[in-house]
Amino acid sequence: MDNILIIRNLRVAVEGKEILHGVDLEVRRGEVHAIMGPNGSGKSTLAAVLAGREGYDILEGEVLYNGMNLLEMEPEERARAGLFLAFQYPVEIPGVTMATFLRTALNEIRKARGQEPLDPIAFLKIARERMSWVGIDPEFLQRGVNESFSGGEKKRNEIFQLLLLEPQLAILDETDSGLDIDALKVVASGVNRMRSPERSFVVITHYQRLLNYIVPDVVHVLYDGRIVRSGGKELALQLEERGYDWLRAEGEELVLPSIS
Amino acid sequence: MATQQDELLQQVTASEYKYGFVADIEEELAPVGLNEEIIHYIWERKGEPEWMLEWRLRAFRHWKTMQEPRWAKVTYPPIDYQAIRYYAAPKKRQVQSLDEVDPEIRRIFEKLGIPLEEQKLLAGVAVDAVLDSASVATTFKEKLAELGIIFCSMSEAIQQHPDLVQRYLGSVVPYTDNFFAALNSAVFSDGSFVYVPPGVRCPMELSTYFRINAARTGQFERTLIIADEGSYVSYLEGCTAPIRDENQLHAAVVELIALDGAEIKYSTVQNWYPGDREGRGGIYNFVTKRGICLGKESKISWTQVETGSAITWKYPSVILKGDGSVGEFYSVAVTNNYQQADTGTKMIHIGRHTRSRIVSKGIAAGRSNNTYRGLVRVLRGADYARNYTQCDSLLIGHTCGAHTFPYIEVLNPTAITEHEATTSKIGDDMLFYCRQRGISEEDAVALIVNGYCREVLLHLPMEFAVEAQKLLAISLEGSVG
Ligand SMILES: Nc1ncnc2c1ncn2[C@@H]1O[C@H](COP(=O)(O)OP(=O)(O)OP(=O)(O)O)[C@@H](O)[C@H]1O
Ligand SMILES: [Mg+2]
Repeated sequence: MDNILIIRNLRVAVEGKEILHGVDLEVRRGEVHAIMGPNGSGKSTLAAVLAGREGYDILEGEVLYNGMNLLEMEPEERARAGLFLAFQYPVEIPGVTMATFLRTALNEIRKARGQEPLDPIAFLKIARERMSWVGIDPEFLQRGVNESFSGGEKKRNEIFQLLLLEPQLAILDETDSGLDIDALKVVASGVNRMRSPERSFVVITHYQRLLNYIVPDVVHVLYDGRIVRSGGKELALQLEERGYDWLRAEGEELVLPSIS
Repeated sequence: MATQQDELLQQVTASEYKYGFVADIEEELAPVGLNEEIIHYIWERKGEPEWMLEWRLRAFRHWKTMQEPRWAKVTYPPIDYQAIRYYAAPKKRQVQSLDEVDPEIRRIFEKLGIPLEEQKLLAGVAVDAVLDSASVATTFKEKLAELGIIFCSMSEAIQQHPDLVQRYLGSVVPYTDNFFAALNSAVFSDGSFVYVPPGVRCPMELSTYFRINAARTGQFERTLIIADEGSYVSYLEGCTAPIRDENQLHAAVVELIALDGAEIKYSTVQNWYPGDREGRGGIYNFVTKRGICLGKESKISWTQVETGSAITWKYPSVILKGDGSVGEFYSVAVTNNYQQADTGTKMIHIGRHTRSRIVSKGIAAGRSNNTYRGLVRVLRGADYARNYTQCDSLLIGHTCGAHTFPYIEVLNPTAITEHEATTSKIGDDMLFYCRQRGISEEDAVALIVNGYCREVLLHLPMEFAVEAQKLLAISLEGSVG
């Protein structure tokens, strides 16, 4: 079985308003998929539903993750099964040190993988190494989770967690927004370092620029709650040039099949 | 979102009191009720000198003229003081070594994880264990004695060090102070006594564990700590108590005295039985704790983690008399189910350049009520006094309450006081972030609460900070156990 993720006709409403009008998506193991689309088209909604955030009504459709019915799993079960979400707006948890938080998280995930828990010393070693990959100072381990981090630091921190937790499917929700060009390269190199035939990525972004560094296998356009077009990396360039308006007509009747 | 919170609450509330069990130990019991004869009985049983009888009777006569205070934000049925038994002591007492301790008592202590064990002793903890009203074991005494430090039961101090006791007992909390202090003065059975001589730094944490073990036996502990000039002592009090249906009254008095340049650090981890999920049973904890910075440049620091008791009424305070003295209060109070806590501190600035710092974290879950009540009073002569107060409340769910009553009275124009207060909820977004990283909802709550209290927990002695963290998790935990 090659697909790590299969989404079929997913319709989702929030507070009575339908946001996703039937999303279909298949992601194969080892692939990087980019999802682009205008503000409010439902990208974050899709990411949140995949990660299991509450408050969304599933009207129709199904999601298979590694063959499992994803929508029936608790958020922590999904995480332990290797699904990772890099948040668009990471939340601050005052007073809970990064070290405590991440060691707890990592050990939960290791337990699910049948691995021994890491003691604080072994944890520090691996944490320091992964932090260096994304240029975060080790002293951040003693700070509260995202507490008073700058916007860019929060994004880097999400990628650091990705490197540490080594998921099978990572969903990145606008990890590039608000980053300067150097930080963007750091984030991209972190992701590229993790690319492997065993690991898949869904990268949500507004900017073609990121995709110069993280080269996607497939680019999708999410428009008004539907995937209206899929293509290769050149689709991102087209979008950069022409915007989304030209897809509007297609959005109504024409839905192209995935090329994968 | 409301449903998620409710579910969480269900789990949190489902957690039963872990330390609930009843020991089977022969006890010597006083008749139920309170009158001058009972005072005589206690005095006689304890073989105290004549002056103590006078002392107790004076307090008792004054108590009879007093009204139980009703200003705190707590409600409970009237207490029948004549239905309480005021004295109970295990029959075997005053043992020389651990081996002589009643095996049943040792078993309980082990079950509670109380450090009567060698490892813990090696870790530098001297334990004065109080089971009900009488001391049953005192360790590490010799080592302390070498330094001239006195650490013993209050009963022993009355016998062996009457001069110190007579001089200081009731000097910080006089029997006239309040209803419960008067009651305690009349009937107190035992407690701890510490004296640290000039210039001595006590090399280990001194700790006492209190328990209530006999039905309808009020617990009236009396603790007195004196730090002589330039000395230092850190003292820890921790409590757990077994499940009982009937409410039990606990009215302790703690007095601290710091002379010139002395420092006293007093830490409490309080885990009395909080009552069941319907709010039945549980301890009524009416405590008077007060320290005086008598000497210049002296310091008293209270740190408390309060998770237990059905009702907590407690305001560890500092009188800053010596010039340049410092008072601190660091508090975490957790209430769940039907618990009620009305707690805080008083900082009374008398001397010049006195400083105080208050950090209070109230956490309310279930249908509980959590109140911070604090007073900062700067008297006329307290030039350049400074106070910083921060009180934060955290709500879990929407059926609990948090309240703050900060009173500030400043009579000196050079004084500066600062007050900050926040109220927050454990947000769904925080919980979701944790869960997305593989952490269960229940563990996430414990993690977030511990983080919230970190600033206070950091002030606890290392090994107890770990215990306190566990306790916070236990008092808010869900289906586990
Ligand atoms: N909790 C909510 N309540 C009401 N509407 C919501 C809620 N969450 C999302 N929406 C709406 O759903 C739509 C899709 O939002 P979503 O955040 O998924 O967009 P997006 O594609 O991620 O946009 P952006 O590019 O700006 O991040 C928006 O119109 C938004 O207002
Ligand atoms: Mg978004």
